[in-house]
Amino acid sequence: MSIDLSQFHQVFFEESLEGLDVMESALLNLDTENCDSETINEIFRAAHSIKGGSGTFGFSTVAEFTHVIETLLDQIRAGDRRIEPAHVELFLKSVDCIRQMIKSLEAGDAVEMSDANDLKSKFQAILDGKELAAAAPVPASTAPTAPASVSDTDAGSSGGAKTWHIYFKPDGDVLKTGNEPSRMFRELEDMGVATVVVDTADLPGIGVIDPETCYLKWNITLVADVEKAQIEEVFEWVIDEAELRIEEVAQVAVTENPEQNGAKPSSVKQSKVEPSDIVQTTVQSPVAEVSVSPAPSQAISAPAAKEPAAQAAPAAKKAEKNKTEVSSIRVGIDKVDSLINMVGELVITQSMLGELSRDFDISKLPKLLEGLEQLSQNTRELQESVMRIRMLPISFTFSRFPRLVHDLSKTMGKKIELKLLGEQTELDKTVMEKIGDPMVHLVRNSLDHGIEMPEDRIKAGKSDTGLITLNAYHQGGNIVIQIIDDGKGLDKEKILRKAVEKGLVGESDKLSDEQICDLIFKPGFSTADQVTDISGRGVGMDVVRRNIQELNGSVEVESFTGKGSTFTIRLPLTLAILDGQLVSAGEHTYILPLISIIESIQTNMDMVHRVAGGCDVLRLRSEYVPIIRLYDIFNIKPESYNLEESLLVVVEGDNMKVALVVDDLLAQQQVVIKSLEENYKRVEGVSGATILGDGTVALILDISGLIKLAGVRKDEYKKVKQGGDEAA
Amino acid sequence: MTKILAVDDSASMRQMVSFTLKGAGYEVVEAADGKLALEQAKKQQFDLVLSDVNMPVMDGITLVKELRALSNYKFTPILMLTTESAGDKKMEGKQAGATGWLVKPFNPDQLLATIKKVL
Amino acid sequence: MSLDEQTVKKSGVSGETTFEPSEQYLTFFMDEEEYGVDILSVQEIRGWERATSIPNAPSHIRGVINLRGTVVPIVDLRQRFGIAPIEYGPTTVVIVLKVNEAGKGARIVGVIVDAVSDVHNFKVADIQSSPEMADNNNSAYIKGLGSVGENMVILLDINTLLRTDEDVDELPRSKSKRVH
Repeated sequence: MSIDLSQFHQVFFEESLEGLDVMESALLNLDTENCDSETINEIFRAAHSIKGGSGTFGFSTVAEFTHVIETLLDQIRAGDRRIEPAHVELFLKSVDCIRQMIKSLEAGDAVEMSDANDLKSKFQAILDGKELAAAAPVPASTAPTAPASVSDTDAGSSGGAKTWHIYFKPDGDVLKTGNEPSRMFRELEDMGVATVVVDTADLPGIGVIDPETCYLKWNITLVADVEKAQIEEVFEWVIDEAELRIEEVAQVAVTENPEQNGAKPSSVKQSKVEPSDIVQTTVQSPVAEVSVSPAPSQAISAPAAKEPAAQAAPAAKKAEKNKTEVSSIRVGIDKVDSLINMVGELVITQSMLGELSRDFDISKLPKLLEGLEQLSQNTRELQESVMRIRMLPISFTFSRFPRLVHDLSKTMGKKIELKLLGEQTELDKTVMEKIGDPMVHLVRNSLDHGIEMPEDRIKAGKSDTGLITLNAYHQGGNIVIQIIDDGKGLDKEKILRKAVEKGLVGESDKLSDEQICDLIFKPGFSTADQVTDISGRGVGMDVVRRNIQELNGSVEVESFTGKGSTFTIRLPLTLAILDGQLVSAGEHTYILPLISIIESIQTNMDMVHRVAGGCDVLRLRSEYVPIIRLYDIFNIKPESYNLEESLLVVVEGDNMKVALVVDDLLAQQQVVIKSLEENYKRVEGVSGATILGDGTVALILDISGLIKLAGVRKDEYKKVKQGGDEAA
Repeated sequence: MTKILAVDDSASMRQMVSFTLKGAGYEVVEAADGKLALEQAKKQQFDLVLSDVNMPVMDGITLVKELRALSNYKFTPILMLTTESAGDKKMEGKQAGATGWLVKPFNPDQLLATIKKVL
Repeated sequence: MSLDEQTVKKSGVSGETTFEPSEQYLTFFMDEEEYGVDILSVQEIRGWERATSIPNAPSHIRGVINLRGTVVPIVDLRQRFGIAPIEYGPTTVVIVLKVNEAGKGARIVGVIVDAVSDVHNFKVADIQSSPEMADNNNSAYIKGLGSVGENMVILLDINTLLRTDEDVDELPRSKSKRVH
């Protein structure tokens, strides 16, 4: 039977990465002084599963590496070794290393082994060193790739048929472990010609017989082309609870060997003890004569050793096939159950409506309306439940921060405590995947620029340990994520000075604190005195804001000098649903994301200025905003070309404001986002489509795409703005 | 049809075992830990239990003990799927009443060959 | 069914056995010519309904419609071939096709044609390869020619015809005006 193991790879990768996350957070929580055995167990189990799976699915590099880690963990778990902080660091590095290996395997790339080998030798040094060298249970033959034992068994099979004498006397309890001697004999019969003679000498009288106890012993003659180890393998599971003698005889002889009949009856008597005393019996059993010479471990390792070699080649081949990324989601059974319940209700409503329609007359109208109302409620609930399937707790994203903070605070010599709040707050899986990087950036920023060095903190009258809090909660249809630090706060004077220097604001501009803080999200803005490794890698806060805006979200900062800063990210709970504003342009209806709309105004020509180069700008209080005519960039016919008869919707996208000219504002509604690319392709200025109540398709506008289409460039806009300043 | 209970906290291992056994014509029920396995075992009679050793909530050793305490699982073959290279886990399993073991990593053929030993 | 498979089949029947492999085509009219598409790729046939136009799309892309919750683009095949457009009438239909584009997987696309005709069986051996006509780029989208009685049916290779990167604009022969 040949089974394509590669079909399980994706699941293995996913669960391994999850396991690594578990390991990592457990390691970070580990108090080496006061070590909690359940935490160690958790770490061990994760490593153990990865090792088992990687071995099974032919990823021997991962299996070998994990084996070393597992060995050390096992010693710690067994209490043979104390866990030291250095071990924790080493384990953490290994987690990174395995994660990298798994990701390479998943992507079908070659696995980079230099880090792994380096770590492996460090682990080996720990294992070999000091007090427990002998206890390390890593004999080479048990490692998954050891080739030695394979040749052993192979070499033996050339000899031709041999005759073996087997004496087998199991302990009385053999049946209670589910072991059935007849099955073993069946196996022997498969090897060759077996003659089994039962010895009932120990059978007690019928009155005292215990039906659950085995009183029998056997003499077997086996003529087969097998080695002793192969016969031992048949008895492998009972070898410690039985008397077993296997001897090769020169010629076929079925006569009973009198010597073999001299079995000690003592163990039979012992076996009559009650099942609760099993432990006692088995502890004593090794005392009984067991004439088995080679270590059982060798027999065990034989099948294990053959396997990776056989599978390595197909695994490499399969990796390429697997490159297409299949993302899956794990859903709690409660969510599925609630879906099933809803569908049940829907079916009831449907049959009720069906019943009504059978002989409908006007007197049943109220009932029909009631039914329809129920149907719409069912549908709404069903939609919510379906959406909930894609929702995961934000702890999946939060979980990467303890490690980040641990590592960074070490590099920077800062003392930082990380507090996580609202970890169970749920959001859409896709949103979660995309919010990770912007959050990392913000946390790095808080660590680097927010939290002061311990001595500075003490000078400022604060505790030497800084506090970073990640908080998440739901608010309306949004999830709010906050990154709060108790550091020094934004230096508003410096920000303003820099902004003036860079021409982002005029020298005479009066800005509120809020506006000053917001400047850090402007492109090309970085206040770090020196570019550090931690933040300021050329990726500015403007990118953070843009990434968040791409998710239809927003980010803002609030800061108090000396007390710290709070970054607040607001995101829609899901990318599948959007709060939309329907707008009309000519005969077309488009949808604007509600979150991007700042205001909509009816204008008069006094507010509109024509700038050389053809771009019109709208004077909006102290600002100048470029005007984009939707009909122009989309090549459609509007109701009116007259700006005064149109409506200007001021929207923000890509860090700039523009005024979009449309005919009218229609309804606001939640729309389900459909892909345009699935059957067509990407369209500039359009982020997707949706289906309106009347069944027609409406396109969802993408503000930054529109800006690009209109050819409004930011540097131009800046010029416009400065020009405007002069004019004003 | 022969019913097998496959217990492992690793979904990939569970899927592999289950797929292999189903392909060989067995009926398979999966459980992610010892506790869930025990619940399944009480609901229906299995002809064979394959269980991982290291699992959260209830480990494989405890599962074997619990199963053996049930009158209808006294003689049912229970195989441990173990990666322990050291023998002590195997001993522990045996003492708890396990029939035998299969050492990970194993491939589908080895799995089928092993379960044929007890069915 | 891919072209490769067909060629294999074709060569396989050269010995004239009693069983002759054939393919079924849905045929339709356009500007008095009869065209055929592999019936296996046809998902459904529906009446023309107004589509939501896509900004700045080539004129043969009439827009997108809602096909039971999926957004599906609609191609006007006349314009795609550079044939002068006509008013859509009561026989105008949209044939919804499943297109397999190499590297992109299956896409659903609707094509507007003048009227559907029939379903015909063509013996694979009887399908002639399309003559290489000079100055006609349309031949790249023609899989072959079949005949029904006296009439010729142009069998289209929709996978090539409806490739997304091909709708930059109409085919070169096109001299059509914009429809808007």
